[in-house]
Amino acid sequence: MTETRNKKGAWIAFISVLAFLAVVFALDQMIKPTDSLGMLLIVLQKGSVYALAAVSMNLLNGYTGLFSLGHAGFMLLGAYTYAIFTIPDKYRDSVYQYFDAAIRFSIPEVLSRHMGGFGTALGVFIALVLAGLVAAFMAWLIGLPVLRLKSDYLAIATLGFAEIIRAVFQWSKLGPVTNGSNLLKNFARASKFKLEIGDLKLSLSTFVPVLIATVCITLIVLIVNSTYGRAFKAIRDDEIAAEAMGINLAKHKMISFVTSSFFAGIAGATLAMVLSIAQANNFKSAMTYEILLMVVLGGIGSITGSVIGSMLFVAASEWWLRGLDSGKFLGIEAPNIFRNGFRLVVFSVIIMIVVLFFREGIMGEKELPDLFKKKKKAPAKEAQS
Amino acid sequence: MDVLKTTLPYIISGISVGGQYALIAIGYTMVYGILRLINFAHGDVFMVAGLMMVYLAASLPLYLAIPLVIILTVLLGFTIERVAYKPLRTAPRMSVMISAIGVSYLLQNLALYITGGLNKNYPAIPWISDRISIFGMETSRVTVITPFLTIILVFLLVQLINHTKIGMAMRAVSRDFETSQLMGIQINRVISATFIIGTFLAAVGSILFFTNYPGVVPTSGAMPGLKAFVAAVFGGIGSIPGAVIGAFIIGIAESIIKGLDTILIVNGVIDEQIGLATFSDAFTFVLLIIILVFKPTGLFGEKSTDKV
Repeated sequence: MTETRNKKGAWIAFISVLAFLAVVFALDQMIKPTDSLGMLLIVLQKGSVYALAAVSMNLLNGYTGLFSLGHAGFMLLGAYTYAIFTIPDKYRDSVYQYFDAAIRFSIPEVLSRHMGGFGTALGVFIALVLAGLVAAFMAWLIGLPVLRLKSDYLAIATLGFAEIIRAVFQWSKLGPVTNGSNLLKNFARASKFKLEIGDLKLSLSTFVPVLIATVCITLIVLIVNSTYGRAFKAIRDDEIAAEAMGINLAKHKMISFVTSSFFAGIAGATLAMVLSIAQANNFKSAMTYEILLMVVLGGIGSITGSVIGSMLFVAASEWWLRGLDSGKFLGIEAPNIFRNGFRLVVFSVIIMIVVLFFREGIMGEKELPDLFKKKKKAPAKEAQS
Repeated sequence: MDVLKTTLPYIISGISVGGQYALIAIGYTMVYGILRLINFAHGDVFMVAGLMMVYLAASLPLYLAIPLVIILTVLLGFTIERVAYKPLRTAPRMSVMISAIGVSYLLQNLALYITGGLNKNYPAIPWISDRISIFGMETSRVTVITPFLTIILVFLLVQLINHTKIGMAMRAVSRDFETSQLMGIQINRVISATFIIGTFLAAVGSILFFTNYPGVVPTSGAMPGLKAFVAAVFGGIGSIPGAVIGAFIIGIAESIIKGLDTILIVNGVIDEQIGLATFSDAFTFVLLIIILVFKPTGLFGEKSTDKV
């Protein structure tokens, strides 16, 4: 595939992302979480978090061809790091009710003492970056032995590491830091984010997670389009050829793995921010599988696809298909069939159909700017690949 | 002596769990040997077998329910292969693996829908779930039977692979997929046979496994499935004796870690519970990573004689 991105398409993509952010900001002000459309906000919040997780997984699985299934573990690291460092002092003892909390400061709180509201925002930002760094550091450690393994062995080893991380976080001896198997709560969470300018109160509870996801995804796009990104793709297409071209395999695989985990950590932190709780038991391998299915739905190797895939996945499972669980769907009432869990069955059948018959997913390998290319170019591209 | 006395019960139950894992692990190792596919759905097939038993035993006598469960499970394994894996024969390996994950997701959600997410009590099977006492400790008869049954089944399987036509075909296909096709072996039939044998053993394993546990939930297949896979990798994927030995090692290690707190306290190493049991699942993966780093082919990986 040639790397001739058309400039016009890129600009249109950039502007539409900005417009999307503006719309989210406006929606945040207009819709209250209790409204009937409040579901839209939840979908936007969770969807953007999962979009970030899916894109970071795509960087590894789709662009570098490393089939890793450790995503939930890195998200867990991110979520816990973020949560632990943002619980305000006055809530510490109630959160760690069975343990004597070891870490007794909250970054946003400390900073807000000196800088006010800006300090809080900065503290949340620092906690987020820290969450990413912890996940990235762990990925580096894990990557040293594991990245030598080939395809399925790598998948199962990373899956194993995710399980080990989960077990360590639930260990009662680490309770003073991780709160054992109990959940962490009362940390800086999305529902509390707002901007106050004089009398004007602006809600940011949806805008902040969406903004975090957008910024991170933009960074990933920049990485993918850099020389590193091209090296990743070369490794995916043919390792031996890539090595012959002078690409240092071990180094680039490690860069891809660590970067992917960094953003997975941030995704985990944002997920904790959106859900208002962090509990190790939620980060099971089932979460990794779901993210993988989002990537597949959107098309492996397309960032736009991952975003669309995860938005659709979250919207369908949280909102559109809700009726399948509660007895009434599209005006048909059948409480005996449409009972709890039916939504997920329908949903998994849809996913199986995509996996079996539409292997390209929604976007294949196309990106947002490609959609604005002139139609006649499309056949020529297919002929090349 | 004290050490042995406190550890022995855990070792015995570990051998039993290991036997159950071995029966699942064979399904993984055979499928991987032929298709190079980690059949992520295998653990869920095992769970579905457990659920079928719950529902069938409620309306049928056990001597009908048990064979029916085994037949239906085998049918399920066969269908999964035909519907979800066969169309992807020429696709990249990653697609097949994703398809397997999709099937696993579907089976779990289907089980969630049918059971309503509730714990379903596994029926007590007379005789094998009776309590007996051996070496002065109470246990159920299934704990004692499992390892022997496992060994017998594995012995029969090895005979089948080494001395029958279909077994020879399996060995040929696992050695070289395309060449054996050129030699006139009907690949699809061999693959179906592999899935049938694998799911048959998983169904037997599920009867033994769930008898020792209070009930079946939609996720009960995931962990045993993963552990059995690790056992298969540990023993050298593709090798049946390897998978069995790996499964016994993992079963015993898991069981000992579950009781490690108690063992250490009794022997005066530590003073109080330190919650090491949390790591009983994680330790399996530690073993996996150690073996992958030091001997990526597993314990018996290089031996090709028993490869399926």
